[in-house]
Amino acid sequence: MSTLRKPSVFVPAVLFALLLALPGVASEYVIHLSVLVLMYAYLATAWNILGGYAGQHSLGHSLFLGVGAYTSTFLFVQMGVTPWLGMWLGAILAGVVGWFVGYLCFRYGIKGPYFALVTIALAEAAVYITSNASFIGGARGLEVTWLGSRPDLMQFNSKSGYYYIILVMTALAIILTKWCSQRGFGFRLVAVRENEDAAEALGVNTLRTKIQASVLSAALTALGGSFFAQYFTYIGPKNVFGEVPSVQILLFAIIGGLGTVWGPALGALILVPVAELARGWLGGSFSGAHLLLYGTVLVVVMLFMPKGIIGLLGRIRLRPVRRRQARVEDDVT
Amino acid sequence: MIFSTTLLAQALVSGTLIGGVFALIAVGLTLIWGVMRIINFAHGEFLMIGMYIAYFLVATGHWNPYLTIFVTVPALFLFGVVIFRTIIHPILKYPAMNQIMLTLGLSLILQNLALVIFKADVLTVQTPYSRLTIPLGEVIVRVPQAIAFAGSGVAAVVLWLFLQRTDTGRAIRAASQNRDAAMLMGIDVERTFLLAFGIGSACLGVAASLMVPFYYTSPTVGLFFGLIAFVVVVLGGMGNFLGALVAGLIIGLTEAVGAALLPGTLARVLTFGIFTLALLFRPQGIFGGRQQ
Repeated sequence: MSTLRKPSVFVPAVLFALLLALPGVASEYVIHLSVLVLMYAYLATAWNILGGYAGQHSLGHSLFLGVGAYTSTFLFVQMGVTPWLGMWLGAILAGVVGWFVGYLCFRYGIKGPYFALVTIALAEAAVYITSNASFIGGARGLEVTWLGSRPDLMQFNSKSGYYYIILVMTALAIILTKWCSQRGFGFRLVAVRENEDAAEALGVNTLRTKIQASVLSAALTALGGSFFAQYFTYIGPKNVFGEVPSVQILLFAIIGGLGTVWGPALGALILVPVAELARGWLGGSFSGAHLLLYGTVLVVVMLFMPKGIIGLLGRIRLRPVRRRQARVEDDVT
Repeated sequence: MIFSTTLLAQALVSGTLIGGVFALIAVGLTLIWGVMRIINFAHGEFLMIGMYIAYFLVATGHWNPYLTIFVTVPALFLFGVVIFRTIIHPILKYPAMNQIMLTLGLSLILQNLALVIFKADVLTVQTPYSRLTIPLGEVIVRVPQAIAFAGSGVAAVVLWLFLQRTDTGRAIRAASQNRDAAMLMGIDVERTFLLAFGIGSACLGVAASLMVPFYYTSPTVGLFFGLIAFVVVVLGGMGNFLGALVAGLIIGLTEAVGAALLPGTLARVLTFGIFTLALLFRPQGIFGGRQQ
């Protein structure tokens, strides 16, 4: 019982319980919005393991989203395999791809902007490969066949079914992040991010650590990809492997706060509803409203609060302390 | 697969011609990278702005497409300077990833603003040159492409002479080789950054005017050319002027020959494959380190 009394356990537990009750009181639209918030929170949390904790910013995470989405959907549409199983196969496949990308890049010392460019190139190559592969629908993509309300096939009549799934996925991803961040693995990731040479000197196998982060992040992202496909019931090369999903995956982590447990979720919670409302208002006249907003927020955040919203909150909390320090310094002089 | 030498020869010619334009676009990007180590993800969108300017001058003002250079170049230079002053300069001291995210945000803004203003329409304009061709044996040379190639070559030579022969050009090169040493020599490094960003953007003005007679204009046109510019810059070696020119031709040829030999749009996979291999095995570019 003592662990339950800690605010860091207690507050999220209450929040989770409240969120479980949401479908009982909210309208379909609010649930839809919540699904989007949770999905992007989940994806950003998955990205954050490699991008935030290990400091390797992938700009092509749509590669893993797409692998997950295409694997489960292909297996479902062509062979009738339930997405509940397909999503794990997708995660394994994405893990392998993540291992390959990680091994290739980190083995050859690719980092920083160069790593970002390789990941973009691979995701972009995936767009063109899938566009030309007719067995997975080519440029037209794949549609998830609707077989009625079938929870065993991850298909639901109402949005609440999807809501519970993504709520649990997000909660588990956050718990996993929290768990990792308090253990050797998390410490090793941060050590690699902060100073790779020093970490290596202290006996951290930096190559293995980075590859582990890449595999874990890729597999988690792929699970999100399978959910994405089931929820939107359509996937195409550009809408899962393209540049836009890549940006949307990393955006909320960057805006919320890199390398923090709650940053990605906070970023999604603040931004997704605004973007969706903007899209609702302006949707008829133009389709890029949310991207325009994301771009503006990205520029503003990078200019004025490069550590994200969590960083800003931290600063506010620190301010009185600083003032007191300043006063002390004044007294001394 | 049907293989014909004519088809291949045609691909070689078109590839070389478009490669010249790729090279000019990439030179602008490599100049900016070389001088201030900023990867400008909005580079393609700058080109898009230039193309819209050129398009409207030709389509509604009935200008000669090549005369629009006198508007697109100063416009893009000015735009580059304003962008540098307002958002690039404040983040020069931040980590590279912040700069990437900022320019990525800028590219989203520009792309979607263009979508608001001009809609998603794909715009093409007919000029007296658009349909002209010169037969060269069995191969057809399209005149606007040939002019674009020649124009890009001239622009690259002018820029190269500027960097080699003028004091300002030498200052820019000095700042790119060693920022601190340049500052100690009395060079106003901030000003060279500003100039380099402006000139790098102005290259896109030239490219835009040269491309309008034969290429469509749309809000997303910058996506493709921006990515191609990265491929070329990396292949040529980040910050390497001559490398960018050669790599531009290589990628132009890869795209054209690939399109002739491979079904669908698989040629693009080849381009990104070369890009990945270049990043992995020769991150310093095909010619080794930076040489300017």
